[in-house]
Amino acid sequence: MPRLEEHCWSCSCSASVKTQELSSARWVVCKTAEMMSIITSVLSHAYGSLHSLQSANLIRRGLVLFIVGVVLALVLNLLQIQRNVTLFPEEVLDTLFSSAWWIPLCCGTAAAVVGLLYPCLDQHLGEPHKFKREWASVTRCIAVFVGINHASAKLDFANNVQLSLTLAALSLGLWWTFDRSRSGFGLGLTTAFLATLIAQLLVYNGIYQYTSPDFLYVRSWLPCIFFSGGVTVGNIGRQLAMVCKLTNDKFSFCI
Amino acid sequence: MNEIQEERLRQNISAAFYRHGLLCASYPVPIILFTSASILTCCYPLLKLPLPGTGPVEFTTGVRDYSTPSHESQGDLSERPDWYRGPPVAYIQQVLVKAAVSPWDNSLVPVDVFRSPLGRVFSVLEEIRNHVYTDRSLEALCLQVTDLLPGLRRMQAVLPEHGCLLVSPGNYWQNRRDLFDADPDLLKTVHQHEPKGLHTSATLKDLLFGVPGKQTGVNLYSKKRVVTYTITIALSSYDARFVASLRARLKQLHPSANCTLREDHMVHVHFKEEIGIAELIPLVTTYIILFAYIYFSTRKIDMVKSKWGLALAAVVTVLSSLLMSVGLCTLFGLTPTLNGGEIFPYLVVVIGLENVLVLTKSVVSTPVDLEVKLRIAQGLSNESWSIMKNMATELCIILIGYFTFVPAIQEFCLFAVVGLVSDFFLQMFFFTTVLSIDIRRMELADLNRRLPAEAGMPPPKPGPLRPRETPPPPRPSPHTITLQAPAFRNLRLPKRLRVVYFLARTRLAQRIIMVGTVIWIGILVYTDPAGLRTFLAAQVSEQSPLGEAGLPPHLGVAPVFPGGDPTSTLSGLPAPEPTPLPENQSQGHRAAHPEVAPVSSPQITWGPEDEELWRRLSFRHWPSLFSYYNITLAKRYISILPVIPVTLHLSPQEAIDTRHPQDTHHAPPPSIKTSDLQTDLTLYKVAALGLFAGVVLVLLLFCLYRVLCPRNYGQNGVPHGRRRRGDLPCDEYGYSPPISEISPLLLRGHSMDIECLASDGMLLASCCLVGHIRVWDAQTGDCLTVIPNNGLRRSSSSGCWEHRDGWDHISACEAESLLGADFREPGGGAVGGQDVDIFPIRRRTTPARPALFGDQPDLTPLIDTNFGLSPPSQALSSSGFDFGGLVEKAYQEHEPSPTLAFPPSPPPVLPPELPPQNNGDWDSSVWAMELRGNLIATGRSSGKLELWDAVEGSLRCSNEDGVSGITALAFLNNRIVAARLNGSLDFFTVEITKPLGLLQYRGPPGRGSLPPSPCYSSEDVISCQLTRSVQCAHQKPITVLKAAAGRVVTGSQDHTVRVYRLEDSCCLFTLQGHSGGITAIYIDQTMVLASGGQDGTICVWDVLTGSRVSHVYGHRGDVTSLVCTTSCIISSGLDDLICIWDRSTGIKLYSIQQEVGCGASLGVISESLLVTGGQGCVSFWDLNYGDLLQTVYLGQSSEGQSVRQLLVLDNAAIVCDFGSELSLVYVPSVLEKLD
Repeated sequence: MPRLEEHCWSCSCSASVKTQELSSARWVVCKTAEMMSIITSVLSHAYGSLHSLQSANLIRRGLVLFIVGVVLALVLNLLQIQRNVTLFPEEVLDTLFSSAWWIPLCCGTAAAVVGLLYPCLDQHLGEPHKFKREWASVTRCIAVFVGINHASAKLDFANNVQLSLTLAALSLGLWWTFDRSRSGFGLGLTTAFLATLIAQLLVYNGIYQYTSPDFLYVRSWLPCIFFSGGVTVGNIGRQLAMVCKLTNDKFSFCI
Repeated sequence: MNEIQEERLRQNISAAFYRHGLLCASYPVPIILFTSASILTCCYPLLKLPLPGTGPVEFTTGVRDYSTPSHESQGDLSERPDWYRGPPVAYIQQVLVKAAVSPWDNSLVPVDVFRSPLGRVFSVLEEIRNHVYTDRSLEALCLQVTDLLPGLRRMQAVLPEHGCLLVSPGNYWQNRRDLFDADPDLLKTVHQHEPKGLHTSATLKDLLFGVPGKQTGVNLYSKKRVVTYTITIALSSYDARFVASLRARLKQLHPSANCTLREDHMVHVHFKEEIGIAELIPLVTTYIILFAYIYFSTRKIDMVKSKWGLALAAVVTVLSSLLMSVGLCTLFGLTPTLNGGEIFPYLVVVIGLENVLVLTKSVVSTPVDLEVKLRIAQGLSNESWSIMKNMATELCIILIGYFTFVPAIQEFCLFAVVGLVSDFFLQMFFFTTVLSIDIRRMELADLNRRLPAEAGMPPPKPGPLRPRETPPPPRPSPHTITLQAPAFRNLRLPKRLRVVYFLARTRLAQRIIMVGTVIWIGILVYTDPAGLRTFLAAQVSEQSPLGEAGLPPHLGVAPVFPGGDPTSTLSGLPAPEPTPLPENQSQGHRAAHPEVAPVSSPQITWGPEDEELWRRLSFRHWPSLFSYYNITLAKRYISILPVIPVTLHLSPQEAIDTRHPQDTHHAPPPSIKTSDLQTDLTLYKVAALGLFAGVVLVLLLFCLYRVLCPRNYGQNGVPHGRRRRGDLPCDEYGYSPPISEISPLLLRGHSMDIECLASDGMLLASCCLVGHIRVWDAQTGDCLTVIPNNGLRRSSSSGCWEHRDGWDHISACEAESLLGADFREPGGGAVGGQDVDIFPIRRRTTPARPALFGDQPDLTPLIDTNFGLSPPSQALSSSGFDFGGLVEKAYQEHEPSPTLAFPPSPPPVLPPELPPQNNGDWDSSVWAMELRGNLIATGRSSGKLELWDAVEGSLRCSNEDGVSGITALAFLNNRIVAARLNGSLDFFTVEITKPLGLLQYRGPPGRGSLPPSPCYSSEDVISCQLTRSVQCAHQKPITVLKAAAGRVVTGSQDHTVRVYRLEDSCCLFTLQGHSGGITAIYIDQTMVLASGGQDGTICVWDVLTGSRVSHVYGHRGDVTSLVCTTSCIISSGLDDLICIWDRSTGIKLYSIQQEVGCGASLGVISESLLVTGGQGCVSFWDLNYGDLLQTVYLGQSSEGQSVRQLLVLDNAAIVCDFGSELSLVYVPSVLEKLD
């Protein structure tokens, strides 16, 4: 990474040196103006879209999902690494943020995307999700998800295959208990696949490392966790969408 | 075959559940006692379990025959704990040094108290390091440590690295005497490593000194002037001879006179896996999720007497089933190895609260008129199949989990299975019984509420005040029946209820905060971050007498801290200390230097409390010391060897010699005192922190809830939303309602309360109690026509106008004061200004009446009835069943009386084209009215049907075929259906002899699609023919009549609904299913038929087949009105509840609790906008969400009058009656949406 940056930096430096003073100045001014106009247009667009309630709702939902994702990532990360945690209070925050800072953010973003995708997909497929649409079920789903994580972190399995199989069964059970929709299953699988792929790419490129890689360099529980996480976040997203849709309808009356 | 078997199984299960429900509801108290007994029995084995805790556990053995325990467990050693296997992590040998400068003389400065005693540590250390016993040195035996953890760079200079783990105060100066001597300020050195703020675990000072900070004596204000510290050596292997020789050597060098410390036992301390903050966060998260789950689940308990009680019962059911599960497992020899606190939330979630909710819902939705026993039994048997199926499924899933062969999962599954079974048992016995008690209480409350209402009914027999009373009507009038009891409520209820609600809410908040704090403190104590338990134990051990030797030796596993000082009693050997002890304490100074004994001279004493000084340390002392070197003590143990006492006496000269030049003129650093205070305050700080954190936690939860549920919805949110907006007209806080954007248009003109209201979108017709009919333009609100009652016209001709008018006025006043009295509140209500006593008025008017107005009915019985008990809006369900109906009844009873003072004569103001023969029977009142085109159809109490021209106010046609009063009218196309009081149904056809004229009063067609209604010109001769009369359409009076889509639907008191075809007046179906009179019917163009009855049920019917689609029990009391949209059914009942049901499934989506006394009128403006009438206001609700959008106030002083009728016009306007006024409310934004 630093090398690449250096390269870029030297490149731009040499380019600017090569060009003549005057032209470069004009070019810079021109570019700046262009950039400014782009920025203002983007800002105004964003501002305008903020005014339209649809996207305000979308943003609100996304924000909630993002926060949920960040919190879940932090907590579950803590679950995974807590074996090695020493007992000093001042150390806890270090361990809490011991992994790279962008991981919770990524998880939050992913949660927002998945959580918004689920209701969207439902809408496009034309089959609104009616199964157990209530907060009690959603909280139960979250609890089971945390439980699956807990199990994967705490339990001592004989081997990785057993761990994977158990977790897969648990994830499927989660889906069957709380979702039971084909779109949910498909999206969960896609999420699991993509997320595992991304994690794998990160590991290959050395940006992120497992402390103790399992077989095939993949943490064998990763896909299952991602799958159940996708289903869980989808559940939250659907519930939020339902709640927000109702609010949305009300706003459009503007009485 | 299979299906038959399944069906039989299902029936058997259902029958069994039915019987069980009967049993539970019949004997609630014995069953609850039995259940409690069984819970207690099952939980009894739990008493034997050690309390789950993270505190260390200890085990004491003798030193002499000690040998390292082997890894294999020996079966017979039952007193040995199972962790006592294999070698310990380390053997801890402490050398306890007590040093004092003695004799003390006044030439010494405070620093001398500890400088020279601390300086002696280096020589003792040297001695220990160099001790060799038969070529074994300390280096060979001690625990070799490597690097410190990377995060502990600042401790690198202090703690030993790469060598023996040997800590002493000398570590502050890298164990070098020269550094110590050169240190100008010892205290600063000692304290510089202390954490600045609150320290919650073992500090460096504790670690190095090995004694609690207070006991070291290293400060400038020490009274005792004795310095205490330990040299702590961690040995990796135990060599008894080496340790003994070291002990002997040190004792020889530094003899401790009068020291009777026992040296014969060693203590093994086992540390459990600790819950650090890092582990606490996921745990707390799971518990938060658990509480959210419980909250969201129990929130759904509805329609019961005590929500909180049932929610509590549900939680108790689940919790005690878990406890029973653990208890049973323990009973059968399975000891739980899982961490209970961790798996508990998951167990609760797996077992779930769903069954309990399903049970509640099922029982609650049984018909309310059944006996409690039967209701419980029926509800149980209804849900029996699904409960059994769910249970079987869950058991299957858990069994699958059992076959994963992961021990932890297997154990979890075992607990879950036993928990599920015991949960089922508790549901069946405990919860069902509680539910039956609750239902019974609810019915009792209902009964109590009904009783005064029965008393409030008008007396069936004529009283003495009605001398001219005609015989009672041959059949009961529907009006008296529909004036049902629940309407008669206590007047003060709204205000009181509001206060109660308010209190309930605030107490709820208090409870949450309290529970949060308690939980937090519990966690604090549980994990003991600040040595709270140590502190308490220290208190206990100080107070407890020492003579506990009577306790049996070898307590085995005993918790370290709660048990005081168990080791002092543990020795089986005869303890020598009871005798020397008093001598020890009283004459201890003899031991030191008896020859010089100034009062202030420090005395070194050794007492039993010095034997195990490490007990006073934080129980995290050892784990934290080892964790610096990345050695965890979790699930392992250390062995603590008996302490070696060392007594050092220093002469004053020695102390002066070791002084640092700065010591004498060194001012005592002020920070020391504060640091002392700090340690004192730690406890309080922790408590304060706990409190604060609890509050923060609660706030966080609250915020989380707000974020998750940004808008209140359903029944829970609405009262809040309503209150928050300050929309209540009679707010306690004197909050005046905000000026709404929608200003209602008030249509004034009627002198009395409006009785009937009809509209076809463009025109609006209203009829008041005295019979005036006014026609309004629905767009502008202009009064177009007035059709006065002919009595008025008559009197105008005879010169009695003023009197008449005056009487009208008075009667209006009376009626108003009737209404007003209902709502009179102590502070003065709407008409409180007048505070009219109705009786003087009556007395004043009564004598004049017979003479002047013989044709007027006697209203006195009405006044005498106990009307003051009820807000009238409750009684007023739909047109014709309201307060006006009573008045009408009086009219009707009065009607046959022949005392007509004034013979009917054609009034001069009549339009000339009106045929004079058409004006008979003016005395009867208008009971029903319909408007189509510009024709108004009115049904009178005398059974006469009249057709009026709405524009010109002329009577076009009348039909007197029937004699029984017309209770309801339907006007569709050119057909009129009239329902009569005697249960017959008449079909009329309106015929126009001349073709349709072009002259018509119709404005430009509105935007809404107008119904195809015929228009008639004034020239047409209109006749109204009775085409068919169904004589006995119903056995009892017809209460509701609705027509749409070519069907006429009637509902009657005889519990049935009938569907007729409009064209040929043929009865298609008789729909039976209600167990009470029909009070509301809805039918629309899409052939959706819903009916509601007095039993509180709502039925949805298929009009094409006549089958019942769904049947729900919705209200406690009559269903007062029903409206459907394409997706849902909205019903309102006498219980002030508006329920919204899913139309296809019949599942209740949510309900809105309205203020008591709000009107029961409903209207749907668009697919998601509901409007309800209230006390002088109309409220707009978002249907999808149950949220109050806006409340529009109809008048300034609006408390007294409630909206009883509400019509939604096609142009999205709402018309509602408001006492004697009409109110026209436009909803402009809906108009835009309609476009």
